[in-house]
Amino acid sequence: MTEAPLVSLASLDTLWFQVSGTLCNIACTHCFISCSPQNHSHEMMTLADVEERLDEARAIGVREYYFTGGEPFMNRDMIAILEKTLRQGPATVLTNGMLLPPAVCRKLKELFDASDYSLDIRISIDGFDRASHDAIRGPGVWDRVMTGIANLVAAGLNPVITVTTAAEGVETSEGRMRFLELMRTFGIDKPRLKVLSLFRIGAEEKRSRAYADWERLSSDMLETGDAGSLQCASGRMVTSRGVYVCPILIEEEGARMGDRLADAQRPFPLRYGACHTCWVDGVTCTT
Amino acid sequence: MRFAFIGGIYSNYWALRATLDDISRRGVDGVWFLGDLGAFGPHPDRIPELLIERGMPGIQGNYEESLSSRAEDCHCGYTDPRDSHYAQISYDYTFANTSDAHKDWMGTLPREIRFQAGGKRFLLVHGSPRRINEFLWRSTSPDPFLERLCVESEADVIVCTHTGLHWHRPLPGGRHVVNAGVIGRPANDGRTNVWFAVVEVNGGAVTAEFVPVEYDHRRLAGEMQKERLPGEFIETVLTGWWTTCLEVLPPKERAAGRF
Repeated sequence: MTEAPLVSLASLDTLWFQVSGTLCNIACTHCFISCSPQNHSHEMMTLADVEERLDEARAIGVREYYFTGGEPFMNRDMIAILEKTLRQGPATVLTNGMLLPPAVCRKLKELFDASDYSLDIRISIDGFDRASHDAIRGPGVWDRVMTGIANLVAAGLNPVITVTTAAEGVETSEGRMRFLELMRTFGIDKPRLKVLSLFRIGAEEKRSRAYADWERLSSDMLETGDAGSLQCASGRMVTSRGVYVCPILIEEEGARMGDRLADAQRPFPLRYGACHTCWVDGVTCTT
Repeated sequence: MRFAFIGGIYSNYWALRATLDDISRRGVDGVWFLGDLGAFGPHPDRIPELLIERGMPGIQGNYEESLSSRAEDCHCGYTDPRDSHYAQISYDYTFANTSDAHKDWMGTLPREIRFQAGGKRFLLVHGSPRRINEFLWRSTSPDPFLERLCVESEADVIVCTHTGLHWHRPLPGGRHVVNAGVIGRPANDGRTNVWFAVVEVNGGAVTAEFVPVEYDHRRLAGEMQKERLPGEFIETVLTGWWTTCLEVLPPKERAAGRF
């Protein structure tokens, strides 16, 4: 076994917050961190937790902020956190779309209009219909997501829809066209679509399979491309437990880099199966 | 001291002529082009011909880098297949219609230009100081980030283009970033004019003015039609609304357009 290649943090451009920890109102069968209503592995973050890292990020000159979970809108401080963040940079929230009543959507639109910086909402969908979506996300979820999307659109926001490759055929141009058409039926007139790879860790490991031993990166493999395009070369993830190398590996103790952003500047060894997926699929979790 | 900056030209010959006329009428202390001479428009060879004839200094954009190295695509930095589809049509047409001599000339252009004026260190780049195809949009380029780019690149005033949309940000520390916009296509605002930038340094103060340029856009559209360029490109020229390369827009900029 050769040693794992190291990737340097060229520039901290993207800062992620695991803002609702691993707590989620649903338990998707493909979740790479097995989020659920009972998973307290990483706890909910407070406004003060986020502010502390935002101060540090401002001094470093971070470009953009992403909020994920779990389900970010389970965090009671979410609106206040966004308000604070948008004063210093653009923000994106990754949500399952179930906790978006009209009042929340109207508030998000107010934040969108009031800020010089972009606010983006990203909603995850799996499959082309209720049956395939709910098979992964649980019964009744599709209908609630459709309501959430309708509320966002009614408030004047245009969410990005993300779909994982669990939706068969979505990577082909025909599949994409089909999905874009579907989005128009939701009332979205400027459909924005992002396709995400699956990571064979967490719940997904049980749904499909674990990474095989050969699914690891070597230095030779990295010579054929630009390691600077890997998200660990330009981003870090903050959770209630500290700073991690990326949004994917927060259940790996070896991916925890310290308590503060200043502790998390050193190069990272790409020793995990998920690193293989990022490199081979060219994954970026940003929009 | 006043300087004019011409962003992406995208083979828009008539807009370039109108822009140069405007600049010579107002009288400035220097003019530079910022790269991406080709794309979207017809007859790409007319642009380097005119720039060489006028002896105008300027830098490479990702288009010149790709054309001069005979690359297979524009390296525009798009990530969505819809953006890449139209970008490829544009690049293939431009590649096929640019002479070898002009491609070689593009390879001789610098990637950045630095000069000092009024005690300010100017840095001209295409995308950003660190990447030729980085998009510096107004709504995703916060002050602390721009400040960092200025500090790391040792510049007081950064002038860039690449996104197609113009803006100016005076930073709290007294530095400035100016995206000069482009004269190649309208600014996705339902108006057919294009924009260039004039930056003035006066007693240590830096101001930026964006100048709208009207040009014979119908003539350009007619030429594009004759060259069988995509109807989507022609529609943009005629309506002022972007129809392609939209997926890369951040939400605020996307919301401002029609498509």
